[in-house]
Amino acid sequence: MGEVIRLTRVSRSFPAVRALSEVSLQVGRSEYVAIVGPSGSGKSTLLHTLGLLDRPTSGSYELDGIETTTLSDRARTRLRGERIGFVFQSFHLLPHRSVAENVMLAEVYGSFSRKGRRERALAVLDQVGMGHRVEFLPGTLSGGERQRTAIARALLGGPSLLLCDEPTGNLDTGNTAAVLDLFDGLREQGLTILVITHDDEVSARAERRLRIVDGLLYEDS
Amino acid sequence: MKIRDLWDESLAGTMARPVRSALTTLGTVLGIGTLVITLGIAATAGNQIVGRFDELTATSVSVDVPLDNADPLVGWGALTRVTRLRGVTSAVALAQGSLSANLQVRSNALNDPTQVAAQTLSVVVASPEVPEVTRGTLLKGRFFDAGHVRRRDRVVVLGEEAARMLGISRLEDAPAVYIAGRFYTVIGVLGALHREPALATAVIAPSSLAREFGLRDPTRVLINTSLGAADLIAGQAPQALSPGRGDQLTVTSPPSPKRASQGAQSDVNSLFLILGLVSLVVGAVGIANVTLVTVMERVPEIGLRRSLGAARRHIAAQFLLESSMIGLAGGVVGASIGTLGVVGVSAVKQWTPVLDVRLAVAAPVVGALVGLLAGLYPALRAARMEPVDALR
Repeated sequence: MGEVIRLTRVSRSFPAVRALSEVSLQVGRSEYVAIVGPSGSGKSTLLHTLGLLDRPTSGSYELDGIETTTLSDRARTRLRGERIGFVFQSFHLLPHRSVAENVMLAEVYGSFSRKGRRERALAVLDQVGMGHRVEFLPGTLSGGERQRTAIARALLGGPSLLLCDEPTGNLDTGNTAAVLDLFDGLREQGLTILVITHDDEVSARAERRLRIVDGLLYEDS
Repeated sequence: MKIRDLWDESLAGTMARPVRSALTTLGTVLGIGTLVITLGIAATAGNQIVGRFDELTATSVSVDVPLDNADPLVGWGALTRVTRLRGVTSAVALAQGSLSANLQVRSNALNDPTQVAAQTLSVVVASPEVPEVTRGTLLKGRFFDAGHVRRRDRVVVLGEEAARMLGISRLEDAPAVYIAGRFYTVIGVLGALHREPALATAVIAPSSLAREFGLRDPTRVLINTSLGAADLIAGQAPQALSPGRGDQLTVTSPPSPKRASQGAQSDVNSLFLILGLVSLVVGAVGIANVTLVTVMERVPEIGLRRSLGAARRHIAAQFLLESSMIGLAGGVVGASIGTLGVVGVSAVKQWTPVLDVRLAVAAPVVGALVGLLAGLYPALRAARMEPVDALR
């Protein structure tokens, strides 16, 4: 079984700083990886690079065996839409759209069919335990429910990689546990999950922990 | 991305803030409304001018007959061939000449001896249809008819001005006038000669008496047509009057109504058109402004969409479509208000509202174009945003 992520000596420089410095990383299928590090250490740059939102200055990044650094913007955008699901700390739900519509947004871009989209969205909402809230507006949901909606959106379209940026940062302990249970379940179904976090509880549940300091990545063991 | 999805997303984006979107359309509503009202009222008023002018002139055709003593071009009997033409409502033949233009006319002095009643007047010989064709009213008495012509009765009808000059105010005593020494009985006074005002100062005699005034054949034929038939009749009348030699006659027909209405429209409006265009520009600036604010407010949404696989062009297309929708809505509402305005003004003025269908269709399109133009810059700003920055 091939690797989902293969970073080889990836660097990313900004005019003032070098955010990533010769980072190499391999993540296999259905791995659950936590990345921790102080702020300004390059965590976000790593996440953006892995999410194809940013291009490395040098090095190579293969996603599902596809070399991405030489792809056009359009091809990278397509790959991002089809293979990567994002989960953000602040949920990023559209306030005027229902839970179901927010989830369906994941299939608006790319070559997904309109037919059966709602059914697929309802299926992933069931999977995250939000089947009873499909017509609610995000404003009426609790923090945990919002994050589960966002996770459902990330799952729609069947990504190979779930990238989570402080997914429990706005949640209380109870909801954090529920989200982490959900991640465990998803991993068992074969999804690769990479989480950036400050939260020890989150990193403790991961099978691999990586630490990033000043743009250098270290494996915790 | 599917077109339907783009449409749905843009519609949802516009409807997310309905009040703001509605207020944003106002500039376009004003602009398009002003334009539609201006053009509509101009067309309506222009049509009214043509309508009024129709009644007097647009149905009047006249034919001048050059004199040909050896072989007359048009005889008195030719008139029936013209009245048979479809579209002709009435026609009359007249004869005037240099000899009949200045004749001594005296009224019966016994009637009122104090009146100085000798005048130099012109005598016109005519067929009996004069009152009908000239839209004149008989103020007193009657007009001569076919019977007078057949019997060669020595009767005349006076134009109202001629009657006043001759001091003839009553017909009960059967007043007579002396023209070049011969007397004729006055049987009527004709007034309000809208089509042929010159007859007001003339003495009108039956064609049977033509030779007594040095006249013979008709020199003019006046024709009234039904509305819209003037051009047709102007073409057919000469041949009907003088078969084979119609080209020698001179036809005067009314100017084309289209040209007349265009003339009326052009000057009414430039000011209001400019006003409408200025409102439209103001509307565009308004849409641009609000769309820009909306883009800035929706930066996280733009980031999210990029993370979900939206390319720059998808982001640009969505904002362009949203601003175009607002422009389109403004155009539709503006065109509706404008149309209602034209109908309203017409109702008050009792005019027939006239509105070019193309205008009603074009107005929303113009609105959408205004929205599209206004959305260009904000959409470009949104598309240029880096997803990493937008998600921050």
